[in-house]
Amino acid sequence: MSEIKTQKITFKVFRFNSETDYLPSYINYELDVTHEEVVLDILNRIKWEMDGSLSYRRSCRHGICGICSVKVAGKAILACKENVLNLAAAFGTELVIEPLSIKRAMKDLIIDKGDFWSKHDQIKPYLISEIEEYPETENLVTPHQAEALNEADYCIQCGACHYSCPALEINEQFIGPAAFAKAFRFEADVRDEAGNERLNIINAPEEGVWDCVKCMECAEVCPKDVNPIEKITQLHNMVFSAGIAKNNIATRHAVYFKDSIAKHGQLNEAGLVIYSEKGYGMYKHLKVGAKMIAKGKAHINPFIVPKSDKMDEIAKLVKSSSSAKF
Amino acid sequence: MSTLKYALFTGCTARQSTPEQMMSTMAIAEKMGIELEILEEATCCGASHLQDFDDFLSLVLNARNICYAEKRGMTMVTICNTCQLNTMMTKRRLDKDPELKARVNEKLAEVGLEYKGESEIKHFLYAIIDDFGLDNLKKMVVKPLSQFNIAPFYGCHNIRPSDIHEESNGHENAYAPRSLDDLILACGGVSVDYAEKNKCCGFHAELQAPHTAAVLTGNAIMGAMDNNADWMVTPCPLCHLKLDTQYEHASKAVGREVKLPVLHMQQMIGLAFGISGKELGLQHHVSEVNFI
Repeated sequence: MSEIKTQKITFKVFRFNSETDYLPSYINYELDVTHEEVVLDILNRIKWEMDGSLSYRRSCRHGICGICSVKVAGKAILACKENVLNLAAAFGTELVIEPLSIKRAMKDLIIDKGDFWSKHDQIKPYLISEIEEYPETENLVTPHQAEALNEADYCIQCGACHYSCPALEINEQFIGPAAFAKAFRFEADVRDEAGNERLNIINAPEEGVWDCVKCMECAEVCPKDVNPIEKITQLHNMVFSAGIAKNNIATRHAVYFKDSIAKHGQLNEAGLVIYSEKGYGMYKHLKVGAKMIAKGKAHINPFIVPKSDKMDEIAKLVKSSSSAKF
Repeated sequence: MSTLKYALFTGCTARQSTPEQMMSTMAIAEKMGIELEILEEATCCGASHLQDFDDFLSLVLNARNICYAEKRGMTMVTICNTCQLNTMMTKRRLDKDPELKARVNEKLAEVGLEYKGESEIKHFLYAIIDDFGLDNLKKMVVKPLSQFNIAPFYGCHNIRPSDIHEESNGHENAYAPRSLDDLILACGGVSVDYAEKNKCCGFHAELQAPHTAAVLTGNAIMGAMDNNADWMVTPCPLCHLKLDTQYEHASKAVGREVKLPVLHMQQMIGLAFGISGKELGLQHHVSEVNFI
């Protein structure tokens, strides 16, 4: 029988007990890893063979319950899905394993996910619909209608995107990518009758979709390819098409691009700031603006804008392709 | 090596708020013998915001830009991460969805154009690495940047989502990117490792969520400073603008003074090639470039 090939990997594991510890520590465990092992196998081996006090969450081990998510080398993963040697190839043979959110750590890799669930509660994560108590026919959804969900229903609520979102890390009021994707999942459902009730929630300043920083981390990190940022874009579109977009700095900022392209082909960058700020908000930018003008980064006259060639063609296309209203 | 020739999609920023990026792009291209034909017909890519208002219009405009690279039979080269993402995202969506492509082409036909999906779209950083080659670049370095600790700042839209970029960015790992580090090393510099190098600068939320955006900027500059960087370098003019001009807001938000010179990757290459600071537009920086 041939010998099983292994590779030595050091796992630097976050250890903390919120009931007794003031600060966390990291403990190193060195293991010989085979090419078949996933992170969850390692956590199990550490617990069963080396240190029974290690705490982590696990259940289905098939990438569907969403409970075992942790961060390895800063990347949020499902422990039961991610191959260890693939991680070592990308991040080296010392792998740091941490909870999804260090500030929410309760015991080792286990976190308090309360904020994640309360963000879900906030967006009403259920079908809002008048349902007959004794229906006589099934409520059929055609395959074509189901496609509108755009696979948002694949979310297993593992929290990988939620705890990787930089906007949420800074602004705790922000609803965040997981709950946005869930809001989209019901907004796109042909049976849902929430109307503007749910859209108004995701349209709120500070909390809603407008505070997304577009870093694309949620699309990158999702282990089920839900692509939350794509759903966030679609929610933006729904807000406009439902006619509930408020006239504020965020909406003006999005709309101005169309106007500027129709006029110049290019974005008038100074014009964007002036229009979004509605003029009077410009006091916030005067100091930076003056420095930029002094350094030749901005023109003193904000209406001098380079123009694209073939402006007739561009204006015609904008007119004939655009249906969005504000 | 046969002459490299690309259709250059400048984006809006290189022609307005970062004139030094345009200057340095042209200066190093000339030195490297790379021919750049500017796509004067191109429009703004929508910068990840137009699609929030009108997704279909964003697709039509980006497809139109690609048409003009196709007409020239060239690869499109971008010099802005967000232009790269928006153009590439359009290409991916149209290439995998014939029905959507037909709808877009119906509009383009009104102005006598057709999107075929033939042109590649590459950020200049990856064109330099893949097509020109870092070994060739190293041979041109006359002033190695060996006295500088340089912090690479990758910018989100060149590396995420990786399934959109992988074919054009050499399968860069979004969590452990290498390209800009390799470029720094090729220029003779020392690359600084820090946690924020692949994180967001906050640019796209600057007006709508100023506090969030300022903290992100502050974190990025702080990470570079705390790891002994002399300056930062980025392939993205939007990251440049945020880090170069917004340090005062950022300092207030993170409660500590943060400021570093932030160079475009083209300027870094130009310095290593011995091109003068003036020709590279170093005088156009708000966070003064104080080391030349």
